[in-house]
Amino acid sequence: MEILVCVKRVPDTAENEIEVNSDGTGIETDDLVYSVNEWDNYAVEEAIQIRDDVGGSVTVVSVGDEESEEVVRREMAMGADSGLLLSDDAFESSDGKGVATILKGAVDKGNYDLILTGAQADDGAAQVGGMLAAMLDLPYASLVNSIEVLDDKKLKIGREVEGGNQEMSEIELPCVLSIQTGINEPRYVGIRGIRKVAAIDIPEYGTGDLGLSAESVGESGAKVKRLDYFVPELGEGAEMLEGSTEEIVEKLIELLKAKGGIK
Amino acid sequence: MANIFTYITFKDGVPDDSALELVTAAKQLSADASPTAVVVGSGIDALCNDVAASYAEVWKVETEALSHANAEITRNVLKHILPQGSILLVPHDTFGMDLSPGLSIKMDAVFVADTIGFEGTDGSTLTCIRQEYGGAVSTHVACDIANGAIINIRPGAFQPDETKAASGQVVDKSGDIGDVSTKRVYLETVAAEVGDVDITKEDVLVSIGRGIEDEDNIEIAEDLAKAMGAVVSCSRPIVDAKWLEKSRQVGTSGQTVKPKVYMACGISGSFQHLGGIKGNPFIVAINKNPKAPIFQVADVGIEADIMDFLPELTDAINEL
Amino acid sequence: METVLIPPANAYVLGIPTIIFSFLIPVAGVVIFSYIMAMRAAPLLKAAPDNRWNRFGERIGQLIKIWLFQYRQPRYLLAGVLHIMIFAGFLILSIRSTSLVILGIAENFVFPGLGGPLGIVYNLFKDYAASMVLVACVIAMIRRGIVKPKRYAVPERYGKDHTSEAVFVLCLISTLMISESLFEASAAVAQSQKGLHAEFIAPLSLAWFFKIGMGDASVKTLQVVHLAMYYLHDITFFFFLCFLPLGKHFHVITSIFNVFFMRIDRGNVKPVRHGISDEQLDDLASFGVKKLEDFTWKHMLDFYSCADCGRCSDQCPANAVKRPLSPRFISIKGRDAIFKNYPIYPVGTAFPESEPLMGTVYEEDEIWSCTTCGACEQECPLGIEYIDKIVDLRRGMVDEGTVPQSLQKPLRALEKRGNPWGKMEKKRADWTKDLAEESAVKILGKKETASTLYFVDSITSYDDRMQDIGRASAKILHAAGEDFGILGKAEKDSGHEVRRFGEEMLFQDLRDRNTDAILGSGAERIVTADPHAFNALKNDYKDLPPVEHISQYILRQIQSGKLEFSGNGSNGKVYTYHDPCYLGRHNSIYDAPRDVLDAIPGIKRVDMLKCRDRSFCCGGGGLMLFYEPEEEQRMGVLRVEMAAEAGADVVVTACPFCLVNIEDAIKVAGMEGKMEAIDLAEMVAQHIK
Repeated sequence: MEILVCVKRVPDTAENEIEVNSDGTGIETDDLVYSVNEWDNYAVEEAIQIRDDVGGSVTVVSVGDEESEEVVRREMAMGADSGLLLSDDAFESSDGKGVATILKGAVDKGNYDLILTGAQADDGAAQVGGMLAAMLDLPYASLVNSIEVLDDKKLKIGREVEGGNQEMSEIELPCVLSIQTGINEPRYVGIRGIRKVAAIDIPEYGTGDLGLSAESVGESGAKVKRLDYFVPELGEGAEMLEGSTEEIVEKLIELLKAKGGIK
Repeated sequence: MANIFTYITFKDGVPDDSALELVTAAKQLSADASPTAVVVGSGIDALCNDVAASYAEVWKVETEALSHANAEITRNVLKHILPQGSILLVPHDTFGMDLSPGLSIKMDAVFVADTIGFEGTDGSTLTCIRQEYGGAVSTHVACDIANGAIINIRPGAFQPDETKAASGQVVDKSGDIGDVSTKRVYLETVAAEVGDVDITKEDVLVSIGRGIEDEDNIEIAEDLAKAMGAVVSCSRPIVDAKWLEKSRQVGTSGQTVKPKVYMACGISGSFQHLGGIKGNPFIVAINKNPKAPIFQVADVGIEADIMDFLPELTDAINEL
Repeated sequence: METVLIPPANAYVLGIPTIIFSFLIPVAGVVIFSYIMAMRAAPLLKAAPDNRWNRFGERIGQLIKIWLFQYRQPRYLLAGVLHIMIFAGFLILSIRSTSLVILGIAENFVFPGLGGPLGIVYNLFKDYAASMVLVACVIAMIRRGIVKPKRYAVPERYGKDHTSEAVFVLCLISTLMISESLFEASAAVAQSQKGLHAEFIAPLSLAWFFKIGMGDASVKTLQVVHLAMYYLHDITFFFFLCFLPLGKHFHVITSIFNVFFMRIDRGNVKPVRHGISDEQLDDLASFGVKKLEDFTWKHMLDFYSCADCGRCSDQCPANAVKRPLSPRFISIKGRDAIFKNYPIYPVGTAFPESEPLMGTVYEEDEIWSCTTCGACEQECPLGIEYIDKIVDLRRGMVDEGTVPQSLQKPLRALEKRGNPWGKMEKKRADWTKDLAEESAVKILGKKETASTLYFVDSITSYDDRMQDIGRASAKILHAAGEDFGILGKAEKDSGHEVRRFGEEMLFQDLRDRNTDAILGSGAERIVTADPHAFNALKNDYKDLPPVEHISQYILRQIQSGKLEFSGNGSNGKVYTYHDPCYLGRHNSIYDAPRDVLDAIPGIKRVDMLKCRDRSFCCGGGGLMLFYEPEEEQRMGVLRVEMAAEAGADVVVTACPFCLVNIEDAIKVAGMEGKMEAIDLAEMVAQHIK
């Protein structure tokens, strides 16, 4: 099975402090560290496991600047067979549809049976996978937490739905799936693994290579634009209990008793 | 502004809370809006009547093909019945995430995900409010809605409109829905393992989050729960780490709970977690980070390390 | 010399000269033995290289102390004494055994040098030796078969019980002793009966009792006994010889080599592959041990040498809390894997292709559970090494990507931020901000220099509680008038556990960056309060200025008068010192911290039963804090219970990880109010003038 996995380089939220920058145009990037979007990493691991099972190859693609190459390379160190970088100044400030348009350009250059994205990324929009599927007119499923290859034409997939339940469906290939965390246990990639793939060439495609017009992507093509970043004013919030631990415990117990918290 | 539609999600014939939240959202989008509800499914007559109490008009699409929700089919249905350029509000739940991005492409409308507020329209530019980086920052987003918009609304971001003063008309649109075949066929829903405890039925919950730090520390929460006659629940990271079963998870991808008292111990208060708490319980938040978002929604807050505080609280309760 | 009894060399049985057997048995025995030994040597020839042909003086020293003088045996007193009896007996009887074989062919053979009075003395010794060995064997059989000490038990997951093998061998040895004594006694009785000169038999020895017992036997009986016992001894001896390489008694042969080649230095970790330099590592196809032949020949020899005594597992803290790790079975399973892959029988079988060890011989959790405390290696009387093997197996898993998710996060954080919590580099020195001006800590770099570097390491820099250790250390250094500074955000995690968890390249990255920063700071000496950092800088890093642990530093300052304690520290509390693994066992620093505590006036100090090189690991440091083991309880909880048993109210540690684990354990064990924990630096800082 020929699998394409879309990955994004994002700031590590856990290891960073995300703060609005001084003029509100974005977030403070000075001390940020970046890595591959966690959902995308699960998707790559899933793709590798499918390939190891039924054969084929895994290609990793990313829309970004030169620095996104490190993320593509890391996923290749994990076990993907090849990587692509879609990079062009014209791509900057693309909205979700723009990114999907760019990715479609890469999909059209290949012949993929299965396209995977992570369920969401740092902006929490969870949109690129669904948009890409619609542009390609392929069936789509989001929040996939299990994949079983039935044959070379069909997959049996599970989606994570409310209440911790799992919605099972059969989906025809080729299709697009967005992958939820927890679908598998991604393997470890160490410095050594990355050094091993350091010399492999990662082709870079721009608007010309992908046959895209500058108006369909980037700032000019964007219909959704961020105006600013801000931290909302905090409302009143909770009544903070003060005093020594003993005093707080006493007050709390009073409140709990009143509200039926202690049986 | 173009016509505003809202997509109604439901389970077992009962509309989801978002059905009423979208009424409010539509009004914030446009003060004099009179949104039309869209209900798509099978055996939905009673449901549509129910919804009609809150909407001036309800479009009903009755089809056997959607006896179970299927975003792929629904997408095609909506493309057929919705006028070009409409604005559709959809809850940003697992169905909305499945449906909307693709729908926006098919209808050539913009898509905005997980919206928590609106800040006015200027011509054909609508300003929405979203969050990024797991809720760490907020952003104003300008959207060109000239050709319509599909807007996913965060469940719980808007208050439900309980007035039910409308006596809406139910319009049957089941006729012209086009092709209902699909390449994604629903098989079944596998229920989450019930586990030993059903937290959805509990009145008092002692809930733990990342602040518990270690599986072995869960004991201090269990001790407190025992002292209070309560049960231990948790947020997603605890389940991901496999320290507790999925059935203990409170949140949009876990269980929905309606306790009287909710002890949020070492929980930061992400919206996905809070989305699982309904019924406005008395929330006590204990967290060593005074800036944790949970303190915004809690009734009472204590800035303390749960490792120190919980055992003290347990001892005091046991001495009562 | 004519003897009453016909010696085996001249006897006939059923018309056949028994001398034929005197030839055949040894020849067959030696041939079979050589074949078996060749099969046993084969895997060692295919194993990875090891670097042991060096430092012969030190090796001989270790050989004499640990092998010849059985230095470690008495740590388990009864078993130790029994073994020393058997071992000494074997050494003494080796001459007699050789003589006996030859006597079957040349009846007047006398071992060279033992012709005269020396021979008489030797005969005395050998008689007592044989008796001593038999007594020891009987006691051992009772222990094994009836008393059944816990450490010999075989947990279900590891297969059948080993008692029958043990008792069988004890029976063989007993047979050797009895048959040799009967052989000698029968001849002596026959001689005495005829009033002729008889071999002097040591009074109250086994043979002596047999001599009395057979005093009235007929010559015919004596002759039968004499011959039968000779060949019983001969057959048993060569059977035993060939049996040795088939099981745990292989150690009888391999122990001298295993101890000779055993580890000399402590605290360090073997390179990925001996003979491959750091620069050549990128070219290696595979890291770590994935299949049997990836072990070095010494590690395979270790497997052969395991005597199944269970002392390692008995001391292993992971085993005590029922993690799925038992060092003894690392060796036994390794040995059995070699036996299986290099079979002796059928003769001429081709050796099968080696399978991956993980998932077949060893389980992942088994290998990740080890805290590298070194208790096993400290205890093993045969010099078997465990830590290097665990690290090598981990290297193999890291290479394959099979790292538990709980460890992947801190490893990624170490790669990106230089600390396992992923906190920002620029906040590494924030712990110094609250210090008063006169205690301010310099950040070394382009603007500031100092002669002493205080290496803080990650946990002391970032953990709210452990920062207290940093502040206490700074106070001590100031009080001693030391010109010192820290590296601040240029400091990265020492990488100590990163290496021991198998991520060698990340370790080297951290090591290189730290080395640059340290050398760039111009410091002439390094002091640290973190034993993991201390061990890393001293034993893993190269070409650094000398490193000290703060306990050693404080002691020096006390002795030179630069640090003085005020008043009377007595408060009625009883203190006990917990030896951190990386200060104690791995670096032999046991006394400095104790001397420091004893220098504080009024402090009452006791030692726990398991102290010094028997100290019980607190639970582990570095990456081990993130790993989620399968265990029945925490190591720390057992340790605080030990402290309570020793009558202590306060546990003093000299390691931030020990402090974290012990403080947590106090809470988990519900002992708050009854037990406290404090760091040595904090203690000292509280009491200095």
